[in-house]
Amino acid sequence: MKQLLTGDEAIARSAIDAGVCFASAYPGTPSTEILQELAAQSDKIYAEWAPNEKVALESAIGAAIAGSRAMASMKHVGLNVAADPFFTNAYTGIGAGLVVITADEPGMHSSQNEQDNRHYAYHANVPMFEPSNSQECYDMMQTAFELSETFDVPVLIRMTTRVCHSKSIVELKEPKSKFNIPFKKNQEKYVTVPAIARQLRINLLQRNEKLKKYSIATAYNYAEMYDTAIGIVASGVCFDYAKEIFMENASYYKVGFSHPMPLDNIKEFASKVDKLYVLEENDPIMETMIKSYGIQAIGKELFPTEGEMLPERIRLAFYGEELSGPKHSLEDVPPRPPTLCAGCPHRGLFYALGGRDGLFLSGDIGCYTLGYAPPFNAIDTVTCMGASISSAHGAQKIFDMFDSKMRAVAIIGDSTFLHTGLNSLMSVAYNNSKVVTIILDNRITAMTGGQHNPGTGFNASMGDAPIADLTAIAKALGIKHIKTVNPNMLDEVEQALDWAVSLDEASVIITRWPCVLKKMTESDNTEFTGAYTEKYTVDEDACSSCAICLSAGCPAISVDNDTMLASINDSCVGCSICAQICPSEAIVLKEDN
Amino acid sequence: MSVKNIMLVGVGGQGTITASKLLTNVLMDAGHDVKMSEIHGMSQRGGSVSSQIRYGENVACPVIELGSADLLVAFEKLEGLRNLAYLKTDGAVVVNDFRIDPVGVLAQTAEYPPNVIERIARCVDTTVVAAYDLALEAGEAMTMNVVLLGALAKRMEMAPDEWEDAIKKNIKPNYVDVNLRAFHLGYTN
Repeated sequence: MKQLLTGDEAIARSAIDAGVCFASAYPGTPSTEILQELAAQSDKIYAEWAPNEKVALESAIGAAIAGSRAMASMKHVGLNVAADPFFTNAYTGIGAGLVVITADEPGMHSSQNEQDNRHYAYHANVPMFEPSNSQECYDMMQTAFELSETFDVPVLIRMTTRVCHSKSIVELKEPKSKFNIPFKKNQEKYVTVPAIARQLRINLLQRNEKLKKYSIATAYNYAEMYDTAIGIVASGVCFDYAKEIFMENASYYKVGFSHPMPLDNIKEFASKVDKLYVLEENDPIMETMIKSYGIQAIGKELFPTEGEMLPERIRLAFYGEELSGPKHSLEDVPPRPPTLCAGCPHRGLFYALGGRDGLFLSGDIGCYTLGYAPPFNAIDTVTCMGASISSAHGAQKIFDMFDSKMRAVAIIGDSTFLHTGLNSLMSVAYNNSKVVTIILDNRITAMTGGQHNPGTGFNASMGDAPIADLTAIAKALGIKHIKTVNPNMLDEVEQALDWAVSLDEASVIITRWPCVLKKMTESDNTEFTGAYTEKYTVDEDACSSCAICLSAGCPAISVDNDTMLASINDSCVGCSICAQICPSEAIVLKEDN
Repeated sequence: MSVKNIMLVGVGGQGTITASKLLTNVLMDAGHDVKMSEIHGMSQRGGSVSSQIRYGENVACPVIELGSADLLVAFEKLEGLRNLAYLKTDGAVVVNDFRIDPVGVLAQTAEYPPNVIERIARCVDTTVVAAYDLALEAGEAMTMNVVLLGALAKRMEMAPDEWEDAIKKNIKPNYVDVNLRAFHLGYTN
């Protein structure tokens, strides 16, 4: 059967057809849809959202040791969080097959960095596949489980945005049934005390030698010979890009199984072509291996290391020109960056924070990172998931040490707080730091498209789940001052901020209102009665043309260039922030709504 | 046939992803090899978005190279202008006569350039669609994306039946009728 699937969908479909019993993940672009697809088929597979990637991988390791095929999928930076179990699981190996999927983001479409996670395969001595398209995602996923069981090792599949989110036609195979190899106690294999780990380390290195032979033999690594003036070694989507540009004017060596590298094969390929080029997105990993094996090649001298290796960039680097399109100027075309939605419940908070001085605004990963942008300018730093609270803590200690009046404020979403913010808040309480932590509880994991989390009351398959109570958690961690506010009520927000900065101890403010894009649940409808059912409009007679409403930074509000009169478009959902800041009371509820 | 390239561009939230799903399904059912690439995630929050669709006998790569698109469908006119460089010199544009102000324009730190459609039409063969009005006529402003698909189908000289099947298969049952109306309004106007 043939289907048009994204790479993410192909991975999920393949997991089901490979008889995988357990899948765990934390949402992260571009990997989110893998677990989402699996969770939608809860009759065929157990799939769950974990609070973070470390928990996801550790859970999958447990499932594999208990004897059934298991997987964990994550975005590239997620593997940093999961790196601890990843490295040591390479020592112990598995019971039944275990596959880890990393979805890297060359070009950083929705990420804070561009790290190349192929390094992890080398670093942890774990074998790695790099699919180029959806068919390869499907096929390699199945082979990865077989390889994992043959060599008793977790296997890494490295995808990139273009592989995850591109669709191509996939030929599906006959599904395998689920199986379980009953767990047998085996301390010499699974208990990594130093005496045992030393032996496991030797085994790991020996296994790597065997994997080199697999790499030479596997059909995922192959040469395609056409014109031999140019020889190209490529992996992942770069292979497709290269074929698009060079067609039959070059020969290709496709690296589908990329750790360990099939270096002898590449040496042979190199001997058949006049000049060898290495095409890989981000770091020169294959290139370094090839050159250090004594093979002459050209790589990053010519091709870019940053960003995506898009076809036009390959053409420009190689031929010194781009295809020419229609001639026109973009000089006066303004950029269109992402922005907080009309009605976003974060708006009220950022409006209030942006108007204050003397705050160090420590941000985190989520839609609310957009609070950094004008008109709010209300984020001073963003590093990684959970860092808002811990970095605010470090900053506050220094402010106090040098008698600065500055107050550190951490701004973190509900899902991100439960991901890794919780440990940081524990440190704030434990180390007696007067950080103000604001948890933006919009009742969902919003930026990745609305996934449930331990705070929302639903699991990945929309079954009922206990609700992690943020107030109770903060209290249990040792925070004494906790307040919950409606972020759409500016007075409430301002008062809470005044209250928090007046304290000489740590405090937590929870802004609780559902994401405007959230599919409301029954309990949301009860708790947030009337949310997003109204619209506001401008009473032009009352409008004083002051344009203060623009400081709400709302995509529903604009001001006429000539008359300076405000107007509100159809995307308004009635959060009322603009009405609250209008000094002329000119913004009023729309009656005929 | 040689590989054809179609690019859908617009603003996050306009339904380009649903539109590209319908288009790729129609093309696959017509027997083509199809590849499609799009970016999800942060850009969906009101930022510029694009879907790239390639079809033919044998498609190597899922993304469209600058200067090689046959058709550019702009769900918002400024996005059409922004992405013109993806077109071949003899490519064509289907543009929605619809304006969404970028955040800088709303905040009056930037200006929405004048005569956007005229500037596009000066460069390439251009079909202008009043998709918002037609979507309202169909009964639902949200069907603007399917109105544009109707116009695209017409421009591609494809018969409407396969599209109707794709709409019935891929759209939630309650919304099928309004989307079929939207498609036909786009096709015939």
